[in-house]
Amino acid sequence: MSPLFQGMLTILIGVGGCVGYFLLSNLFIDKILFRPVALDEASVLKRRKIGLAAVVILLVVLATGVVFMLGDILPQSFVNILITPVASIVVLGQWLGGAWGVVLVALLMAALMIFSPWAWLPKRAVTLGENINRANIIRPWLFLFPALSALSLYLLYPVVGSFYRSLFNRSGDDFIGFGNYSTMFADTGFQTALLNNFLWVLVVPAGATFLGLLVAQLTDRLVWGNIAKSIIFMPMAISFVGASLIWKFVYANNPDIGLINAIRDSFGAAPLDPLQLPFWNNFFLMFILVWIQTGFAMVILSAALRGIPEETIEAAIIDGANPFQIFFKIKVPQIMGTIVVVWTTITILVLKVFDIVYTMTGGNFGTEILPSYMMSYMFRDDGRATAVAFVIMIIVLPVMIWNIRQARAEMK
Amino acid sequence: MDNIAGTKPALSWAVNISVVLLVVLWLIPTVGLLVSSFRDRDQISATGWWLSPFPVSQNYQAKAPADDAEINGGVNVITGNVFEDGKGKVARFGGKRAAPTEFKAGETAQLTKDRTLTVHSDGSYVYTSPAEITRDPSIYYAASSPPEFSLDNYRTIMASDNMDRAFINTLTVTIPATIIPILIAAFAAYALAWMDFKGRGFLIALVVGLLVVPLQLALVPLLTLHNKVGIGQSFLGIWMAHTGFGLPLAIYLLRNYMVGLPRDIIESAKVDGATDFQVFTKIVLPLSFPALASFAIFQFLWTWNDLLVAKVFLPSNSESWVMTVKIADDLLGSKGGDWGILAAAAFISIAVPLIVFFTMQRYLVRGLLAGSVK
Repeated sequence: MSPLFQGMLTILIGVGGCVGYFLLSNLFIDKILFRPVALDEASVLKRRKIGLAAVVILLVVLATGVVFMLGDILPQSFVNILITPVASIVVLGQWLGGAWGVVLVALLMAALMIFSPWAWLPKRAVTLGENINRANIIRPWLFLFPALSALSLYLLYPVVGSFYRSLFNRSGDDFIGFGNYSTMFADTGFQTALLNNFLWVLVVPAGATFLGLLVAQLTDRLVWGNIAKSIIFMPMAISFVGASLIWKFVYANNPDIGLINAIRDSFGAAPLDPLQLPFWNNFFLMFILVWIQTGFAMVILSAALRGIPEETIEAAIIDGANPFQIFFKIKVPQIMGTIVVVWTTITILVLKVFDIVYTMTGGNFGTEILPSYMMSYMFRDDGRATAVAFVIMIIVLPVMIWNIRQARAEMK
Repeated sequence: MDNIAGTKPALSWAVNISVVLLVVLWLIPTVGLLVSSFRDRDQISATGWWLSPFPVSQNYQAKAPADDAEINGGVNVITGNVFEDGKGKVARFGGKRAAPTEFKAGETAQLTKDRTLTVHSDGSYVYTSPAEITRDPSIYYAASSPPEFSLDNYRTIMASDNMDRAFINTLTVTIPATIIPILIAAFAAYALAWMDFKGRGFLIALVVGLLVVPLQLALVPLLTLHNKVGIGQSFLGIWMAHTGFGLPLAIYLLRNYMVGLPRDIIESAKVDGATDFQVFTKIVLPLSFPALASFAIFQFLWTWNDLLVAKVFLPSNSESWVMTVKIADDLLGSKGGDWGILAAAAFISIAVPLIVFFTMQRYLVRGLLAGSVK
């Protein structure tokens, strides 16, 4: 099957499945599970029994899931006990009639499971209103279920899973505690990468925010400001690989190709390779990311500048403030919050980008950073790779906590 | 604007000039690569792209055929023209490899063993030697050729290097990975914005926290999981990965937007008996179109430009390389010095995002603002 066709099919199944799920699950709780009718005690008891049976089956399925995920770690005898109930269901289904039998039994189980909420509900008659309220308590979780399961599988589980994997050796067979971390911190390559990464985290957000603020302020009242902004914003659309190629061309060694060496040549200086200059080559690489991210900072800061109340600026002008005083003493303090947001957003981005170093130098000439250092171990030594990833996570952690606190403060 | 208090004409000039400088600085690298992608391979290495509108002076070598030698007044003479089609202009010439541009066109060069060589600017030459000429003598000359711009680099890369395949692969990865998360996130965002339930605050904080989880953390455990489940490295795997990684931003952006929708509309719909599902599909979703569009653009740009996820979750062979991997892992290695081809490849991969960017800039800006300024 060609990938393109597979893609179309995935879109159809994905979109259809999502819409179908939301439609049917809402219909189900409204029309079947908590139908808006009054129920007497006998029928509540009947539902409760089905619900209890469902809970048992749910637990069995969960256990199977656990075995599937952690099968290699648990002892074999334990696995057998957990698998037996499921195996017997499959056998039952096959006895009923092959694959369709299995599907039938599974559907029956699903139908049972759907009644599981009743296992917890009290044994008494319920009114119409109560049933509607119960449906409304469940509904948000119906809306959230697909997103939450994807988030927990693709982002929450990896945090734990990566840490767990980093405690094992290269092949993943032997538990070595913090062995990966101690060998890593002793490795000079890692030390360079860590040091360089701190430089990146300091320089790139500072550079991009400063330039972004500068452009935002300069273009604020300009007639052709929007065109200028568009052009400076443009690198945002270019991939890091594309941007690296663009700048590789500028940095090229040959004065007939590279602009930098052409300028040096016109002053009579000998050509040099900017990417091989020890220490300074890091800054040449950082500038590429600054070039990309300035547009982002500019867009947000320019909106923030527009949001400053006119009266404060007018008052300052009347009091005789010069343009620089207006900018530094009136405008900047009022958009400080936005500046911090831009700064942290770019900081987080810096900790993710490995593309630039990977395409420009491949981590040679002392330009390695943590993400590229991790990629060099990916597929070779998963223990080491996950250990590096976890170090990145620890560096990000303060920003994460600050972000969460900020979001909570905004909600109140 | 000149009559506003606090502005000075001199300052306004300074502002204009510095903005022009910044814009030029920002544009030059891209323009350089764009111009180079249309230039001929030899011309790229002969002169910088900034000189591309001018004729290019390059050094060539021609052989004077020894069979054409005639004896004229006791010396062996070869006459001919260095240009096969007779067009071109010789600026300088020489008879030695070590000094290929020693003499000006029209001069007569005295070579070793009393041989002489004259090359005129129209390319015609006269070579004389007192001894018999046995081997074809070499003529070195510098000729200027007019600037050549063509789509040859694009043709080469598309036809011979599997770049068309990579383009289709990128498209294949991008479209499902953009559409699927939008739908999932929209439902979740609605629940987080307009439904009241226990644990809502915690879930919002969770989404904000997950926004910054470094992708690197997810690579090893998820690839192991995919291998175990049987998805392995495949398109299905990368679609699922992109969906998962894109969700926090999608939920966050859409929730921020939906919270700002007017409360009256939603409440009056509910009073009229609309269920949450109806409120969502009939009112909130159509009203949130700008936010949906801005997330779609983000996710599109991010998946199109992504290198990391594609390297890990797709198999590493020329059948399934996307363009970024193709350029970074294949072309930069095998075509390292061939700037014309590299530039053309880069522009093929940049073109679609740039078109999306310039046509949808409005939505992109709006999405950025919803994401970070409150």
